[in-house]
Amino acid sequence: MELKELLDQKLKEKFSGENFIFNEYRNELTLSFDKKNVVSVCKLLKEDPDLQFKLCEDITAVDWAKRKDRFTVVYHIFSLKLNLRLALKANVDEADCNIDSVCSIWKTANWHERETYDMYGIKFNNHPDLRRFYMPEEFEYHPLRKDFPLMGIPGSLPLPKK
Amino acid sequence: MQKITKEDVNPKILDALLADTELSVEDALENEMILNMGPQHPATHGVLRLLLRLDGETVMGCVPELGYLHRGYEKLAENMSYYEFIPHTDRLDYLSPMANNVAWALAVEKLAGIEAPPRAQYIRMIITELARIASHLVAIGALAMDIGALTVFLWTLREREKILDVWDILCGARFTNSYTRIGGVANDAQPEAIAKVKWFIDQYLENLDECEKLLNTNRIFVERLDGVGIITADDAIDLGLTGPSLRGSGVDFDLRRAQPYLFYNEMDFKVITFPDGDSLARYFVRADETRESIKIIRQSLDKMPQGETLLNQPKKVLPKKAEIYSKMEELIHDFMIVNFGINPPVGEIYQAVENPKGELGFYLVSTGEGHPWKCKIRSPSMVNLQSVPHLVKGRMISDVVAIVGSLDPVMGEADK
Repeated sequence: MELKELLDQKLKEKFSGENFIFNEYRNELTLSFDKKNVVSVCKLLKEDPDLQFKLCEDITAVDWAKRKDRFTVVYHIFSLKLNLRLALKANVDEADCNIDSVCSIWKTANWHERETYDMYGIKFNNHPDLRRFYMPEEFEYHPLRKDFPLMGIPGSLPLPKK
Repeated sequence: MQKITKEDVNPKILDALLADTELSVEDALENEMILNMGPQHPATHGVLRLLLRLDGETVMGCVPELGYLHRGYEKLAENMSYYEFIPHTDRLDYLSPMANNVAWALAVEKLAGIEAPPRAQYIRMIITELARIASHLVAIGALAMDIGALTVFLWTLREREKILDVWDILCGARFTNSYTRIGGVANDAQPEAIAKVKWFIDQYLENLDECEKLLNTNRIFVERLDGVGIITADDAIDLGLTGPSLRGSGVDFDLRRAQPYLFYNEMDFKVITFPDGDSLARYFVRADETRESIKIIRQSLDKMPQGETLLNQPKKVLPKKAEIYSKMEELIHDFMIVNFGINPPVGEIYQAVENPKGELGFYLVSTGEGHPWKCKIRSPSMVNLQSVPHLVKGRMISDVVAIVGSLDPVMGEADK
C-alpha cells in the first residue's frame, strides 16, 4: 500500500526512535503508537501537505477486559486529498486512565471524546469541556466497560428530586 | 398617550402578582436570559435540548444536551449475534431504516469476508436510494413546516407514503423494515414491487417540481433561510459535518463517489454541491439529491441481473425457511447460526456508507465469537448537531428552528 510507505517515511523523519506499528486488514490500514505521541502524530497527519487528514470521522475506545493495557483508543480519520481512511490506535492502561485530547486539532473531537469518557471513563487531558455526554452527570459508572452488567445496576439512576 | 404606572394598578392585585412569581419589573432586554429549548419542543425534531443564552432575541451562546433517547445500542450489540442486531438498526435513523439495514449488512459482510450476490446488491442500491428520497422528503417538509409553510409537509409526506407502499410490498413492513440479511436480502424483489418502483420514479420528478415551486418562489421561506446559519467549508470539515450539510458548504465529498460500495462505481450520477453554506443551500442540496437518486434507481433497474439474492455459504448465511423444514443439512446450519452465531474471523473493520443524514459508520471488533466484542455506531446526526452552537451564534431565536431543521437531525440516531 502506498500510504503505508509514505506514512512510514514521514513518521521516521519526525519521530526517530519511536515505535510505530502498521497493520492491514481487509484493505484498512491501522497505525498504532504510544499514547504520549497522540497529539504530535495527529498534528503531523493533519498538517502535512502530502497527507492532509482533515476529517476526523470517529473516536472511540475498546475495552479488552483482562488485557494488561485494558483500553485502546481508536481514531478514524479521512484524507480528502488522498481519498484514504486511516485508523489510529493508542493503548491506555486502567491504572493511568488518561490520554491527551486532540480537540485542538479537530474541533469535532470534542463530542467524540466526551462520549468516550462517558462510556469508558478514559480522561482526556486538556479537553475544554469534559462532561458526561449521554448519561446524567450524577451517574457513577461507565456503561460500555465490560464489567458493567447489561441489565444495569439497580438504583444507579435515581429519579429527579421533587 | 398616558402611561400606566404601578400606581394605577390595584395594589392588592400587584401584591398578589409579585408574591406569586419571581417576576422582575426591570427591563428584560438589559439582562441576558437563559432559555431552555426542548427536550419536548416540536421543532427540535425529537428530544433535543438546547440551552440558549439570549440577549433580547439574539442568541449569544448555545449548549446542546443529548441523551434523552439513549438506549445503549452499542452495549446491546455486544450481547447479541450479528443477525439479532438487524432489527435494532431500524431504530437508529427511523426515517430511513432500509439504508441502516444495508449499512449493517455491509459492515458484517466485510468483517466476515463475504459478499452478497449481484442481484441482492442492486436491490440494496435501489432501496438505499428510495430511503434517501423518503428521508429527504421528510427533511424538506419538516423544514418548511418549522418555519410556517404547512402545505409542503403534506405534499412531501404524500410522496413518501408511496415509498412506504413499496416497502409494504417488498418486505411486509412499512416503517421498521429489517429487510437485509447477512449475505443478501430477505426475499427477492417481486415483479409488483419493481413495477411500483417504476411507477414511482416516473411520476416523482413532476411532484417534486410542484413542491419546489411552492417553496422556491415563496419569499418568506427563502428569506428565513437565505444567509442563515452560514458555515464555511473549512469549518464544516473541522466540525466533522458529513452528508448534505457538508455538501451545502461546497465540499465535494460523497462516500458513494469517494469510496464506492455496492455498485455505485458503475452508476452515473452527480455529487450535488452548493457553495453558500447556509440553510437554503442545505435545502437545495437535499432537493437535488433526490433527482440524482432517481437517476441511480433508473440505472439500477436497467442493469439488475436475474439470479440468487442470498449468498450460498452455509456457515455464514442463514438458509431459506423452506429449506430448513425440508433438508437436514440446512436445519443443522440454521441451528448453529441461531445458537452460536456466524463467528467472523478475529479482526476489526470500519465500514462507512453515505446515509441520507451523512456518513453512517460501523466499527466492529470480532474476537471470533458469535457476537461482536465491540460495536461503535458513528452516527451522522450526532456529529452534525455539534455544529449547532457555531451556526446559531448571533442569530435570532426564530432562526434556531430553521437551522436545526436544515441540519435534519434524527434523535434516534444521535442518541443511539
